[in-house]
Amino acid sequence: MTTHNTRSLISLEKKLSPSPVMNILVPVISVFLALLTGAIFLALTGKDPIQVYSAMFYGAFGSKYGLTESVVKAIPLLLAGLGLAVAFRMQLWNIGGEGQIYMGAFGATWVALQLPNQPTWVVLPAMMLAGAAAGGLWAVIPAIPRAYLGVNEIITTLMLNYVAILWVDYLVYGPWKDPAGYNFPITPSFSESAILPTLGDTRIHAGLLIGIILAIIIYLIIFRTKFGYEIRVIGESPGAARYAGMNISRKIIVVMLISGAVCGLAGMAELSGVTHRLQQGFSPGYGYTAIIVAWLTRLNPLGIIIAALLFGGMQVGGFAVQMNGVPAAVVSMLQGGLLFFVLGGEILTRYRVSINSRRGDDKA
Amino acid sequence: MSVDILIAILATAITAGTPLLYAALGEILTERAGILNLGVEGMMLVGAVSGFIAALHTSSPWAGVIVAMLAGGAMASIHALLTVTLRANQIVSGLSLTIFGTGLSGYLGKPIVGTPLETSFKVFEIPIISSIPFIGPIMFKQDALVYLSYIIIPLMWFFLYRTKTGLNLRAVGENPAAADSLGINVFRVKYVYVIIGGMLAGIGGAYLSLMYVPTWMENITAGRGWIAVALVIFATWNPAQAILGAYIFGGIDALGFRLQAMDIMIPAYFLKMLPYIFTIIVLIIVTGKNAAKHIGAPQSLGLPYDREER
Repeated sequence: MTTHNTRSLISLEKKLSPSPVMNILVPVISVFLALLTGAIFLALTGKDPIQVYSAMFYGAFGSKYGLTESVVKAIPLLLAGLGLAVAFRMQLWNIGGEGQIYMGAFGATWVALQLPNQPTWVVLPAMMLAGAAAGGLWAVIPAIPRAYLGVNEIITTLMLNYVAILWVDYLVYGPWKDPAGYNFPITPSFSESAILPTLGDTRIHAGLLIGIILAIIIYLIIFRTKFGYEIRVIGESPGAARYAGMNISRKIIVVMLISGAVCGLAGMAELSGVTHRLQQGFSPGYGYTAIIVAWLTRLNPLGIIIAALLFGGMQVGGFAVQMNGVPAAVVSMLQGGLLFFVLGGEILTRYRVSINSRRGDDKA
Repeated sequence: MSVDILIAILATAITAGTPLLYAALGEILTERAGILNLGVEGMMLVGAVSGFIAALHTSSPWAGVIVAMLAGGAMASIHALLTVTLRANQIVSGLSLTIFGTGLSGYLGKPIVGTPLETSFKVFEIPIISSIPFIGPIMFKQDALVYLSYIIIPLMWFFLYRTKTGLNLRAVGENPAAADSLGINVFRVKYVYVIIGGMLAGIGGAYLSLMYVPTWMENITAGRGWIAVALVIFATWNPAQAILGAYIFGGIDALGFRLQAMDIMIPAYFLKMLPYIFTIIVLIIVTGKNAAKHIGAPQSLGLPYDREER
């Protein structure tokens, strides 16, 4: 059999270390290209892209209200993004952030409903603990079969999202439904002591502080501890990790527990800081958006703070464009498109790309 | 339970399993080429909305299916470009395809939410064989897309295991370097089957909006794209085994509805959890039992192919 594969026009040569300039440049250019592509799409579907984008931008950052709302929406994205990044570092694909957020909210609500007349310093820590525990344990369910049987965690974590959402649906339509709630699928409001303090007269709550502190702690764990080093080694080369005698199965469970616990905190913070009660569909897919938030920063916990703010703004901007008759779904479209460009651009950080002047035969 | 009820449940199991079946068949082809595409949910959603819009405008459900196919294929080609040419991480690329597809379908479908379809696919009996007792009313009182799936499965099985092109496809998924040295254009094979996989996912989505539901609502797939990905593992990448899996999952789905209608004391929310919990249990059993002998996953699945590193 003869081979006559033409050599590709573009040739790639692996770089020894990723270029730091590209690490920053690629996300920035990607945002620009995603917006550009989105603009073309908007124009094709008969919308004025400039009008949509300015409504989005003004809605998100153009007023004190918009700005603070963007921060409020960034908080769950920050927490969940941090949680997912821990797992992604080890190539553990926890796609169950959404379900862990819901279970965290369930745990926190359980405490809030159990302890209506206790002081804040008892209730809030108990809610955080219960939220983290519920989210963490929810993530351990798929972690055990992953660790010991090699069962694909992507699908199991994802399936558990649907189960968790239905579980919360059951509670708010059934046993936990507020009798005074005019038949809405909501629980009674939390007592004062179950509510996170807010910044001045804004809705920005202490969840932001929790998120920033956790970002620093997780950064230190990943880059400054033996545990973090081992996670990175397992993520980059599982074979070498096993050869070095690391107990990978146990690490899978611990890392998923941490990942789910931080996502659970996102659910706790959202309820305790914003909605003040458990309600159906309180998360508009924070757990999924957080995947992009985490990936955009190449899983850097400190970078996630900035990416979460950007995406919180997009979320608020999405509400704003609805006023102009544009569906809010345009936001997840832009976010998905953004990730495409980031992924495509990654080749520039990992490879030296050169364009061949002529096509020649390539010996196979 | 009377025989009539059993027949009704099994017939619904086929109807409910058919969208899963199309999507799973598509994913089998894609994964056979060594590419994991986790964008099935997104491709199904875009297929469902575009197929519905096309059927609405043309009053032809077939036009809807064709448009859904093209839309699914177009979505998949993004994944192919990113993972084959640009060597992006297949998992993240697939996830972004799903997020993008969720947004795109929500955007396009906003104006038509809840619009009824005037000309959807109709159930029709196939003469003679539909009167075979038990099997006839279950299998042969269905719609055209179900019958089409009956034809596709043996064809695909034959293609994969009995033709040279099918052998080449499997070779690419198992060992792309070896396939390359045999003169197979690895990159072209990967592109082709990722795109065909997307087309089949598109049909699966269109089946939901044109036949099973039939209307457009946001997130109409409700995780079926992910169940289809799980089905591929259950089917050990074999199209013939995918039928069984799809109909069992369809049956679980149908049973949930049926029990709800029968006013069983279990709250509806728990019945709706069944397909998801069942997927997890099946994955654990299938993977656990076969973990030692690799359950037949294509050896290079998920790995980027790099000629220079060969």
